[in-house]
Amino acid sequence: MEKILLRNIEAKDSHTLAVYKSRGGYQAWEKVVKQLAPEQVTEEVKSSGLRGRGGAGFPTGMKWSFVPKDNPKPKYLICNADESEPGTFKDRILIERDPHAIVEGTMIAAYAIRCHTAFIYIRGEFAFGSRVLEKALEEAYTAGYLGKDILGSGYDLELIVHRGAGAYICGEETALISSLEGGKGWPKVKPPFPATHGLFGCPTVVNNVETLAALPWIIERGAAQYAALGTEKSKGTKLFSVSGHIQRPGVYELEMGYPLKSFLEEDCGGIPNGKKLKGVIPGGASMPVLRADEIEPVRLDYESVQQAGSLLGSGGVIVMDETTCMVKAAWNVARFFAHESCGQCTPCREGCHWMEKIFYRIENGQGTMKDLDLILSVSGNIMGNTICPFGDAAAMPAAAFIKKYRPEFEAHIEQQKCALLPL
Amino acid sequence: MSLEFTQQALRQFNEIVARYPKKDAAMLPVLYLARQEFGHLSAEVITYVAEIMDLPVARLYGVVTFYTMLSMEPIGRHHIQVCRTLPCALMGAEKITALLKAELGIQVGETTADGKFTLSEVECLASCGTAPMMQINDDYYESLSEDRVETILENLP
Repeated sequence: MEKILLRNIEAKDSHTLAVYKSRGGYQAWEKVVKQLAPEQVTEEVKSSGLRGRGGAGFPTGMKWSFVPKDNPKPKYLICNADESEPGTFKDRILIERDPHAIVEGTMIAAYAIRCHTAFIYIRGEFAFGSRVLEKALEEAYTAGYLGKDILGSGYDLELIVHRGAGAYICGEETALISSLEGGKGWPKVKPPFPATHGLFGCPTVVNNVETLAALPWIIERGAAQYAALGTEKSKGTKLFSVSGHIQRPGVYELEMGYPLKSFLEEDCGGIPNGKKLKGVIPGGASMPVLRADEIEPVRLDYESVQQAGSLLGSGGVIVMDETTCMVKAAWNVARFFAHESCGQCTPCREGCHWMEKIFYRIENGQGTMKDLDLILSVSGNIMGNTICPFGDAAAMPAAAFIKKYRPEFEAHIEQQKCALLPL
Repeated sequence: MSLEFTQQALRQFNEIVARYPKKDAAMLPVLYLARQEFGHLSAEVITYVAEIMDLPVARLYGVVTFYTMLSMEPIGRHHIQVCRTLPCALMGAEKITALLKAELGIQVGETTADGKFTLSEVECLASCGTAPMMQINDDYYESLSEDRVETILENLP
């Protein structure tokens, strides 16, 4: 398979403008800014079938088309580089090794929505990544790809790198906007959607790093070539971050629809130390775990994973072998969500901490059988009752761990300790 | 004598503010600048930043207490932040934390008496493929083993 997103990262000095250009970089940008109308760019991206790669999978071209063209307010394009979904590290490799692909993609998206001030909101912990991006921006400005009257086209665009300060919730687009407006990362009620009321009340589009990094290739080669890859509803390629009990962890680029079992056993080398697979989370810690006996029919695309009862999400594949205590794993994930809850909505603010406490109690030998249905009840009362999907993201995995591994939870409660054989 | 930015820091402040469509948006970069200039975001520093940002102090408190990377307490010279989320936990993060606690003689959340090290546990740092790992100030230290951790500690100035 020809690499699209990972095509540059192995090249020496791939992060520099000189190398990026020598490998065909910025030809797409020149074509866009000199020859294409914004609507043409949007139509091309719509035809490609590109869907948002942050986790929600919303069609990118469609999202852009919601920006009202005749609105006099300034438009904003924000690259979401707040990568924080546990198990996900694919944006980081692009930021550090192919920053110009992200910069070029951000520029193309900004042009499509007639934006003149764009931002890259990058998580605060990516100090190195921010420096790489700042350097890439400097090079792009010097080369005349950014700034005023770009390449004589009459189009102006400023691009700013903005560092966050440690908050998973700021990966949610409206929380990101609240943060960029100078406040706490509190999500906003939708509707209205950012496309009409975003940053400072102006039309705004937030796109993930991986989504934007695909744009130069799509413009260069044309939408049809992108749409020729993948499945009917999940076009193109996607980056998968593989971690946990696996022989070859790392970032992989796969055509959408690739079978999960072959991916784990062949491409990723299988489970090390002669151990057996126990469970795998396919899309980051927010997504329901799949038991080893459930993965046979699963293909890595949005529809197939959904059919299997989970979601593709960010493509963060977390592999757990037979030595894993699922009670402890569930507690770990619950603790993450309890820590990261922004606190705005009562069901999430209170419920996440309740679930964490109950899992902790079970893990430490003080659980009762009633605790399992109590967690399911709390989870059910969070889902759908919050301003943003964080509540669902916390509720789903808690319920899934119990549903998929109930016998283990019950044994753990009865024995008052891990129901695995000791290592 | 009340606290304020030097001339140079004021210039940087103005440059930062000029990049954004509204002054409020400069909140985080200004807080980072203030931390760099004054050492840590004490109540006094926060009050000053509120003044130059034309914002109520309460808003600053809200922001500083919201974000994990911002603190009103002083932090040691080397802020050791061990990732504790699922993929790192699966790969032995707890052992790394236990080792650091033993080596430094402090609990998680504490600073050594000489002010050299602060030990924290943090959530996913997007380095899951090279777990277990930790961040010390701006730098990531990945694929940790107990030996590597000891070497890293020895070599920190």
